[in-house]
Amino acid sequence: MNPLLSVEDIHKRYGKEEVLKGVSFQLRKGETKVIIGPSGTGKSTLLRCINRLTEPDRGRVWLDGVEVTSPKANINRIRAQIGFVFQDFNLFTHLTALDNVRLGPMRVLGMRKEEATALALEELARVGLSDKANSYPAQLSGGQQQRVSIARALAMNPKLILFDEPTSALDPELIGEVLEVMIQLAKEGMTMIVVTHEMGFARSVADEIIFMEKGVIVEQGPPEQLFSAPKHPRTAEFLRKITELYGGTEG
Amino acid sequence: MEFFLKLGEVGRYLPMLLRASLVNLELLGALLAIGFLIGTLVALLQVYGGRLLGTGAYLYEWVFRSIPALVLLFLFYYGPARFGVSIKPFLAASLALGFRSSAYQSQIFRGAIQAIPTGQMVAARALGMSRIRAIRHVILPQAFRLAIPGWSNEFSSVVKDTTLAYAVTLNEIMRHAKIVMDNQYDLAMATFIVVALVFLVFTYSGNALLGQVERRFRIPGLQMPGTQGAML
Repeated sequence: MNPLLSVEDIHKRYGKEEVLKGVSFQLRKGETKVIIGPSGTGKSTLLRCINRLTEPDRGRVWLDGVEVTSPKANINRIRAQIGFVFQDFNLFTHLTALDNVRLGPMRVLGMRKEEATALALEELARVGLSDKANSYPAQLSGGQQQRVSIARALAMNPKLILFDEPTSALDPELIGEVLEVMIQLAKEGMTMIVVTHEMGFARSVADEIIFMEKGVIVEQGPPEQLFSAPKHPRTAEFLRKITELYGGTEG
Repeated sequence: MEFFLKLGEVGRYLPMLLRASLVNLELLGALLAIGFLIGTLVALLQVYGGRLLGTGAYLYEWVFRSIPALVLLFLFYYGPARFGVSIKPFLAASLALGFRSSAYQSQIFRGAIQAIPTGQMVAARALGMSRIRAIRHVILPQAFRLAIPGWSNEFSSVVKDTTLAYAVTLNEIMRHAKIVMDNQYDLAMATFIVVALVFLVFTYSGNALLGQVERRFRIPGLQMPGTQGAML
């Protein structure tokens, strides 16, 4: 089967520093891939290169047979098919939760208001926030805001969703509610790439884990293998450090 | 005592002065509308317009912020006549003061646009919105809210500028006040006090209205007065 997403030899340089030094991987439909690695190793940049929020200097990205990186690509149309969940939510501050979720369907997909409203309410229910439809972002907790932003991504009926450290800006007690939603999505067969430091989540949900460092993929494989018998000493070192930092990880 | 008698005498001219003040309000409406539309466009070009359009927008802003209002009025009124085109005083004044206000308003809007966190634009683009759509549905609705306090300042300033249009023969309140004074010099003081009072009312009403707008569009949970931040 052809992969849903194919990332080929992505390079990105900021000034003198080469943040991505040739990254390639593939993603099947329904697969959940988790990217881990130390801060500043290009994980977020890699995610942003996939939907060209950041333009890669070199390399190609294919989504479902369409070349995203082609100069002729209709990038707005492609982005509409790729959900993106940000570390700091980036909900539209002047809109209610409901309006945040239905804005894309109405203004990008051209859906009628009644239809978009019904869809948005459905997605808000899916993330457990039916009662917050009329709340503004500033009236919601971080965990609630992040769940609204997941609903916003879902309402576009995307082919895959990219999560850029979705729980890193949250208070510890709010992380669980967001992870629960993501675990549910993975179970339902959503295709996802998740950059995270939540090793418990990575272990229990990922079909494959990619360990990145200094702009390259050091090691990739199924979680059992990576966690119990990492092949590369850098992977072992990182996993040991992060376990110390975040405490024992369940799962 | 004598002064108050004069005020009574000016009362005879009051209906005429008030009617003339409506012309000031009309001019105010026209110049604010021109200023708002062009000012928004200039601000957007300065922020998003790239090198060429951005430079053009800065040039425009520089020109219209630099030239004194009276000079602009004369240029717009007497300028076209030089080329055989006659222009009505109201149109000349609306354009001259409108372009001038647009330059000032552009900087209010630019500041507001730049105060919006970049994440808002990024999130809109990530949804697949074009830049123009993102500006229309995400950036401008937030920017206009942030711009209200600065904009009310510009409002208070241009309300008064409408009296300058008397210099290009527009039949507004200042011109009528001057006619009263020319006919009866001892009424000068009382007449201009009336004019001053009219503008106190205009400015007060306008700012009260803008305050209402600001409250009406305040984002719940944000920008609330009297919350902790205001007391720190």
